[in-house]
Amino acid sequence: MAFSIPESVWGQKVENKMQKNFSSRKKLSRTWEYIRRKWYKFSRNPLSIVGLALICTIIFSAIFASYISPHPESAGKFVNFSEASQSPSLAYLCGTDRFGRDVLTRIFFGYRYSLGMAVIVISIMAPVGIILGLIAGYYKNSWIDTVIMRITDIFIAIPPLILALAICSVLTPSIFNAMLAISVAWWPWYTRMVYEVTSSLKGEFFVQAAQVTGANTTHILFREILPNCMAPVLTKMSLDVGWVILIGATLSFVGLGAQPPIPDLGSMVADASSYLPDLWWEAVFPAFAIMLVVLAFNLFGDGIDDMLGEEKGG
Amino acid sequence: MTIERFKKYFVTRQGIVKAVDGISFSVKEGEIFGLVGESGSGKSTVAYTVVGMYRPTEGKIIYRGKDIGQESKKRPKKLKKDIQIVFQDPGTSLNPRRTIRQILELPLKVHNFSKNGRKRVERVEKLLEMVQLPVGYMYKYPTMIGGGEKQIVGIARALATDPSFVILDEPTSALDVSVQAKIINMLIQFQKKFKLSYLFITHDLSLMRNVASRIAIMYLGKICEIAPASEFFENPLHPYTQMLLSSIPVISEEEETLKPKKVMSKGEIPSPVNVPPGCSFHLRCSKKMDICFREDPAMREVSKEHTVRCHLYTKQVS
Amino acid sequence: MMLMPLLEIKDLHVWFRVFKGFLKVLEGVNFVVWPGERVGLVGEMGCGKTTTMKAVMRILPMPPAIIPEGEILFKGKDILKMGRGELQEIRRKKISMIFQDPTAALNPVFKIGTQLRDTVRFARGSKRSITKGDIRTRTMQVLKEVSLPDPERILENYPIQLSGGMRQRICISMALISTNELLIADEPGTSLDVTIKDQIRRLLGGLVEKLGTSVILVSHALGAVRNMTVRVYVMYAGSMVEVAKTKALFANALHPYSQGLLAAIPRLAGGGVGEGIPGHIPEYINPPTGCRFHPRCKHTMPICRNKKPPFFKVEEGHQVACFLFQNRE
Repeated sequence: MAFSIPESVWGQKVENKMQKNFSSRKKLSRTWEYIRRKWYKFSRNPLSIVGLALICTIIFSAIFASYISPHPESAGKFVNFSEASQSPSLAYLCGTDRFGRDVLTRIFFGYRYSLGMAVIVISIMAPVGIILGLIAGYYKNSWIDTVIMRITDIFIAIPPLILALAICSVLTPSIFNAMLAISVAWWPWYTRMVYEVTSSLKGEFFVQAAQVTGANTTHILFREILPNCMAPVLTKMSLDVGWVILIGATLSFVGLGAQPPIPDLGSMVADASSYLPDLWWEAVFPAFAIMLVVLAFNLFGDGIDDMLGEEKGG
Repeated sequence: MTIERFKKYFVTRQGIVKAVDGISFSVKEGEIFGLVGESGSGKSTVAYTVVGMYRPTEGKIIYRGKDIGQESKKRPKKLKKDIQIVFQDPGTSLNPRRTIRQILELPLKVHNFSKNGRKRVERVEKLLEMVQLPVGYMYKYPTMIGGGEKQIVGIARALATDPSFVILDEPTSALDVSVQAKIINMLIQFQKKFKLSYLFITHDLSLMRNVASRIAIMYLGKICEIAPASEFFENPLHPYTQMLLSSIPVISEEEETLKPKKVMSKGEIPSPVNVPPGCSFHLRCSKKMDICFREDPAMREVSKEHTVRCHLYTKQVS
Repeated sequence: MMLMPLLEIKDLHVWFRVFKGFLKVLEGVNFVVWPGERVGLVGEMGCGKTTTMKAVMRILPMPPAIIPEGEILFKGKDILKMGRGELQEIRRKKISMIFQDPTAALNPVFKIGTQLRDTVRFARGSKRSITKGDIRTRTMQVLKEVSLPDPERILENYPIQLSGGMRQRICISMALISTNELLIADEPGTSLDVTIKDQIRRLLGGLVEKLGTSVILVSHALGAVRNMTVRVYVMYAGSMVEVAKTKALFANALHPYSQGLLAAIPRLAGGGVGEGIPGHIPEYINPPTGCRFHPRCKHTMPICRNKKPPFFKVEEGHQVACFLFQNRE
């Protein structure tokens, strides 16, 4: 692109400023192009768009729960026995539970906890798992590799739900401890995934090229190898949100997770399960809500997978 | 740079792979030294060891007087700046998840070219101009550009640190003829302009004829013959050299006459795990003698700068 | 006898749907193979030759690929319009393909014997049953024909245990198992060493002479087709630019692209490497108008930008798609 630098009294300063504008302007259009291209890949499959739409709705309802819920007070300590156990009606779209609390409101607020828990758990366990995987894969066949991977193997061998249950039963039941338990049970999968990619990429020429030039190990791990791992990792993260929510719900179901009156979706199902099939709405709607969020993230995860394939053509 | 009695063995489950089994040669400053061989000959192993990806099992590699037989991790930075390599496969030698700019900036960052980001970008732009690629390519990913252009980026990357010695491992084998011509011309120009020394590795003999000033041919880890380029083609002494020369495809009748008489190539290259005893080439050689089964010949200088490793010539000299 | 061409591609267009629009890869390909003839197809990477061959075998992935125009006539019938049954017949008995990379073409988890056996069985068709003994005899026979030593042992091996040259020979044998009328060889020997390449070429030549099959030898190197073929097509960016008898092409290439290609090949006599052809192959998203070679051509004329040149006959059997030769007709 032809671009003339003005000879000017202000000299270098102006040149700097215009250079910066030039490159940042270009950078903006480049970023926009990148986004459009990614969107094209994502939108090839209509189901991914459905997933995205669902997620947006759920996140929206979680964030603005206080504004959109018909009966915001139902989320907390609240009882209203005069309206207890009413079947779905116009006033209470999903009915009320035994305490007179609006089920729909509790679902909205319940999404907050579920999503919040998923985000926190994943943001703790993913980086830990990824870093361990990178190190183990890079130093493959050394003692570092053996130590890390064997520990990982131990954790993988135990089904995550059982492990989480075990940990929770030792600690006092609370939503915080539930998150902790799930994190501990979940990181090994990331480690293993990243380990596979790293150890196979270790011998590739571009890594060798970086080594030959003299790049240090940190750079190689995080700048060269990690970007190549991100595609499966991000897909897995997206699918994991669904899993984490499910496990959290299961923990609450057995009473080890969120405690009342926190409107956790799992506990809602648990509490109401004994009243099936008469007061069906108390259990069915929260269960349906769980299914919806897991489905949404699964569909979205597929789209992410499509989206993050390598850039081809130009 | 000199290589002395260099050996590199790899230990694998099938046995010890003698990738390189005792070779010696030197590359003078400012010359293009060619290394020819088919698969399994060990030429890539030589390249990778010189640049520091492997450590020699035995033997010395001396660069400018110093022994550099260590892995790149242990080498001083200045050495890494000075010796660079261009890999064979453009598809895998560039990180598909990094932009061209990031790829070219890496050597600059490592060797502290400048703390100023913009100065580095300017250098990247200059590099791209030097290799005749549009500056806009900086922002592209390797998968978006063609094979020839990827290889050109690889060359730009090697030249980014202003090296003195560049190893070119089959730089054009994966490319078409017209792209090859462009790249080879570029490489030769750079060699003259920046006074570089090249270790040029290829299996394409017609190409070698026009590029290298001295050529060594390898078979199964050992060097068979070293000679100046014209001598190599006009008067090949080793039977393997003759066999290779007679099987290259040429495109005109005059060239056919330049080739040695058709030596039918027989057999396959044995695996480096099972090197035949005696002279490693005797199974396929049309001129084998009794001694070839038992003893491995030594390199003998037959005429000025022309050395051969073959029993046919051990009797003549001395 | 029949003077009908064995294979005739008429004005074939192939497009691929991508993010930014359509990749108009093939733009009016015309190609003829006579029975018993050995034809070379030379073109650099990205010119569309593999796409053309895949279109003939109908193994192009059809969602991104579409064929807006053109016919591929095999013995007079359009392959593109054939139903599944006819297509199977063709693939089993009439046309077969040898791919570039023998390692990728063989299934790594099955023994060679299993793969050959499957090929034999499919070649016979499901109608005629065939005994195990027959299959074994045929596979041994076929391995002997490609000069593979010790066929017994090879049948029991997995592809990974064999060398590249052997794998390529097995692919050739698989292709020749059924009586074939047309063999498409896509750069056989590219991933192999020079001496082995030579052997494979001689083998292929010998077999083909014996069986009388037509061969399309696809390559990106002119040297590879020189000894094996009687006629050569040169392809650039999605269409044929020149066709001639092999000797005639090497002696006297007419199209600027063919000349450039010949000039770029390093000579055994020394004298430096050729110039290469300035520019690069066009992007198929937005290909050049008219003759696709005009941006790189030294002799561009205004008409080259506007119209795509058809084949002009220069002499018997030698045609060039270039307006420089328009007047010679």
